[in-house]
Amino acid sequence: MIFSFDLLINAVVSGILIGGFYAAVTCGVSISFGILDIVNIAHPAFIILGSYVAYIVNTTFGLDPILTAIIVTPLFYALGAGIYQVYYVSFEKRGQESLRGLAFFFGLLFITEVSLVLYFGVDYRYVDAAYIGPSVHVGGLDMPLRILVPCLVSLLLIAVLQFILKHTFIGRAIMAVAQDHFALRLMAIDPVRIKRIAFGISIATASLAGAFLIIIQPVEPSVGREYIGRIFAICVLGGMGSLPGTVIAAMLLGIVESLTSTFYGPSWAPAVSFGLLLLTLAVRPSGLMGR
Amino acid sequence: MRTPLFLLIWFVIAAAVFAGAIAFGNDYVFFAGYVVLQYVVLSTAWNILGGYCGYVNFGSAAFFALGAYSTVAIYKFYPLPIPLLLVFGGAVSGLVGLGMGYLTLRLRGAFFAIATLALAVVMETLVVNWDYVGGSRGAYIIRPEEIAPIGNYIRYLFLIMLLLAVAAITTARLIEHSRLGYGFATIRDDELAAEASGVPTLRLKLIATTISGALMGMAGAPFPYYIGYLQPSSTFGLEYAVNSIAMPLIGGTTSWVGPLIGAILLGSLQQIATVTISSAVNLLIVGCLLVGFVIVAPNGIVGLVHKYLQRKPDDFVGRRRVDPDAPEPAP
Repeated sequence: MIFSFDLLINAVVSGILIGGFYAAVTCGVSISFGILDIVNIAHPAFIILGSYVAYIVNTTFGLDPILTAIIVTPLFYALGAGIYQVYYVSFEKRGQESLRGLAFFFGLLFITEVSLVLYFGVDYRYVDAAYIGPSVHVGGLDMPLRILVPCLVSLLLIAVLQFILKHTFIGRAIMAVAQDHFALRLMAIDPVRIKRIAFGISIATASLAGAFLIIIQPVEPSVGREYIGRIFAICVLGGMGSLPGTVIAAMLLGIVESLTSTFYGPSWAPAVSFGLLLLTLAVRPSGLMGR
Repeated sequence: MRTPLFLLIWFVIAAAVFAGAIAFGNDYVFFAGYVVLQYVVLSTAWNILGGYCGYVNFGSAAFFALGAYSTVAIYKFYPLPIPLLLVFGGAVSGLVGLGMGYLTLRLRGAFFAIATLALAVVMETLVVNWDYVGGSRGAYIIRPEEIAPIGNYIRYLFLIMLLLAVAAITTARLIEHSRLGYGFATIRDDELAAEASGVPTLRLKLIATTISGALMGMAGAPFPYYIGYLQPSSTFGLEYAVNSIAMPLIGGTTSWVGPLIGAILLGSLQQIATVTISSAVNLLIVGCLLVGFVIVAPNGIVGLVHKYLQRKPDDFVGRRRVDPDAPEPAP
């Protein structure tokens, strides 16, 4: 492999762009796993579900995938709130979240994937939009719009989430429930309600992340599995529950993956996130911006 | 019951099963039975870590495939007899389990679960990039037609899996009634309290991960001979992971009986469903059963039976039965 400066810069830039997308994929888990301590390993399945919703609406009505995703967020929110209610009643209340709660989410992941396979088959699906195809050229840099647009919208999404968490009543209550839910009761706030809202928000982000995913690459039901390692690697590396940390970690992973596939070949890229996860757990389990 | 007696009973049962399968007269029984027995080993192995210690392993497929691929690696070099391959596959998987456990088990339980979830993806990446064992094209293993005393090779494979299943069940039961098992139970019930009372929790967890991983690797070692053509995406398939979790949770996780019941029930059900309906539908059934059982019957079939047998008159207060296992209401 001939080393070239141009190649390196391009790899880094595309890593940062894809990292922006990874941040959108991860922010839901940063809320559910990082703040609420709910190990939602089914998150990638909801993202794939989001992709398929965007696909169906796009192919039948020709609506823009990102717009579709924003429109269906309330549905995903309701789905998330419903799932949390089941999770709370069946596991959290009984103190069984560590073994059976995990198995529950694993079951959900599995059921979603198999149902999608049964209904849509294992063909790759894709969407149409004006920004899929053309690229922006700045100097020697080559930025495909199909990655640039999701990256920018994703950063906007994270900014909105961060604003909600830091500056609204509900957001501050969500941050508080992570620390001390007894204190929350003393303030006459129902911690279960706050957690339900937070989990709903976390699943709602999956709708957007799903739309981004199907814009960036064709999707089939088992694609989500590749993201499990990435999501949790980013979440842990960023420091549990920190959204700015999530963005930094996501871009870091994006850069490392992009360099790996440029210089060693794309078939090695899935191993990068796992290596990063193990390294983080071994060296600094609290992550980059951990509390 | 003493362990030698226990083992003897199981040998008699195993002999009866083998004789019954031969008497059936159709070799398809061996093909289907092999898969069920393989799940007995996998779910018993999963339960040693998951049921006894309370740590969830989502990477059963990775450990299973490690065993299978170590067989392929050795086969390409020199075809050894299967019992030796079993030892080798078990050693490789056990070591990987130990290493990963060492990195992640010092932290909260969730990290271990997540790491095992990602393990399958990474192992698959490694295998796909490793041309020696066939890479993404897959590897062929030529199965001999006959083997000296038993005859047909599939019967030989079936017999090996049968003995492995007996060994796995005996190991699980041995652990259950030993100091090790009580140590595991303290970890499952309250790790902090166990640590504070001087239980060497990390060491026990590592022992459990190693034994469990090794058994899964052993279950995978004869697999290339069974399937004939080993391919990464099917060997690392999610169905191994979901089955080895679903079977113990549906059967019941607290004793060796649960995974056995779960594996036999679910394994046979799937064999029948694969033939009569389709393999995707039967995986959907397993997923739904798993979710249904963890919500409705947290202690599985064994728990349900136990509860039914233990209904005593004094459990009834007035006309309502009081559940002795019910937790205190939340404050």
